[in-house]
Amino acid sequence: MAKTTYSFFPGCSLKASGHENTLSLLKFCEMVDIELQELDDWNCCGSSSAHSVDHEVARDLPWRNISLVPEGQPLLIACPSCMIRFKQSHLKLKNDLDLQKKYEKDWGRPFDPDLEIIHFFELFKRIRLRDYIEEPTKQLKGIKVAPYYGCMLSMPPDLRHEPSYYGLMEDALSRLGAQIVSYGYETQCCGTYLSVAKPELSQKVVTQIISRARDAGAECMVTACAMCHLNLEIRCSMKKPIPTFHFSEMLSMALGAEKQKKWFPKHIVNPIPLLKERKLFKSRSNGLGELKSIFTRKDVKK
Amino acid sequence: MIELKKGHGDLARDIQKLTGINFNGCLHCRTCSNACPFVDGMDYLPNVLLRLVQMGMEKQALESSTIWVCVGCNTCCSFCPMAIDIPMVMDALREKALAQGVKIGEPDILNFHNEVLKTVKKYGRTHKLEIMMRYKLKKHDFLSDVGVGLKMLKKRKLDLTPSKIKDKKALGKIFKK
Ligand code: SF4
Ligand code: SF4
Repeated sequence: MAKTTYSFFPGCSLKASGHENTLSLLKFCEMVDIELQELDDWNCCGSSSAHSVDHEVARDLPWRNISLVPEGQPLLIACPSCMIRFKQSHLKLKNDLDLQKKYEKDWGRPFDPDLEIIHFFELFKRIRLRDYIEEPTKQLKGIKVAPYYGCMLSMPPDLRHEPSYYGLMEDALSRLGAQIVSYGYETQCCGTYLSVAKPELSQKVVTQIISRARDAGAECMVTACAMCHLNLEIRCSMKKPIPTFHFSEMLSMALGAEKQKKWFPKHIVNPIPLLKERKLFKSRSNGLGELKSIFTRKDVKK
Repeated sequence: MIELKKGHGDLARDIQKLTGINFNGCLHCRTCSNACPFVDGMDYLPNVLLRLVQMGMEKQALESSTIWVCVGCNTCCSFCPMAIDIPMVMDALREKALAQGVKIGEPDILNFHNEVLKTVKKYGRTHKLEIMMRYKLKKHDFLSDVGVGLKMLKKRKLDLTPSKIKDKKALGKIFKK
């Protein structure tokens, strides 16, 4: 299949504390013939802090990033909150000719109203997993997972016509053989930076989320956000917390990625005992031999 | 109907100017307050805060902890039947609180935001370790969370050196102040 190239904005969370997420995301994309080109010299999108105290900085930070995207390339954003910042910034520009002029003057590039800004989830509409994984699949057989979206599906009113991805993780993971646990807290926000500034608040919500999931039978949490991942791991006050996986880790594991060892040790709550118990640690033994050719192809750079 | 006295209503007008939000739309159905995960840390529920804005109770609104505890998760506004962008109202109120120099309802949270922005201004990207260290330094609090910090360092969740952007001029353009 022909390769598609996307500009890729990792964002600070992924770059600094989400090494395992970055690695697995890159691996997954490589496996499904998507080439990610990291946006050259990208800057922080301003995250929660810029819009909290200075709306001009909050507007300008994503603008510079938008101006760096090579013409015609869609922009893939790994972090759900960065994505909302980008989309809101872009939408604001689209609707305001004066701002467009300012943008063009500041960043020396014509404004592209058609720039596609997409989240990792959108890829699932553009590729067919079954082209890469044989069906019916048993890759994640037996593991009981609690998909966790946090606030990523909640859109502000100006973005309310964006596609909703609710159910996407459930769909993908159950196709791969995992057992989905529903627990009612899938879209409860993890508290993001309150984890630093108000740890007790964050601890309360995180512990509630994870204990509900565990009580409903989940053996692990699956999230698609690096920030959520970190908070679920560091702010759970349960004696025996269950591990949290990044969604892309699950996917690349299912696709038979060999170098899992590289990222699993970076988890704060060690997921290896669970994976061993479910016989998922050695993905090679899952009868994926014929698929190996996909991952070991010479033209796919490591 | 509530009759606004002279001076009342200015806050609603100011915030409407900044955000484009029409405060008359709020039904006070409390959907937002029921959806918000962080009301435990707030002195006014999100819909009550909107009420304060409607009534022009500026001091209460600007000095509230609510505007700082709100993380902008959009949970409230994605359920709001009137599609009121509550987190955007919070943004505008915070900025107004800072501009007017009122007493800050949650200084720790503001301190955190400032430390984040300092590293973004300096490097173009956030540097978590520095943010945490400086945040703790300001708060004179080194003992809480040492365990978490060490774990994060050990698992390389906190990079020792910041990741920086090359185009420093661009940062000057963004951070004019
Ligand atoms: S959900 Fe919307 S309409 Fe209802 S009280 Fe909150 S802001 Fe007002
Ligand atoms: S955006 Fe703010 S007020 Fe709304 S639910 Fe989230 S934390 Fe609560």
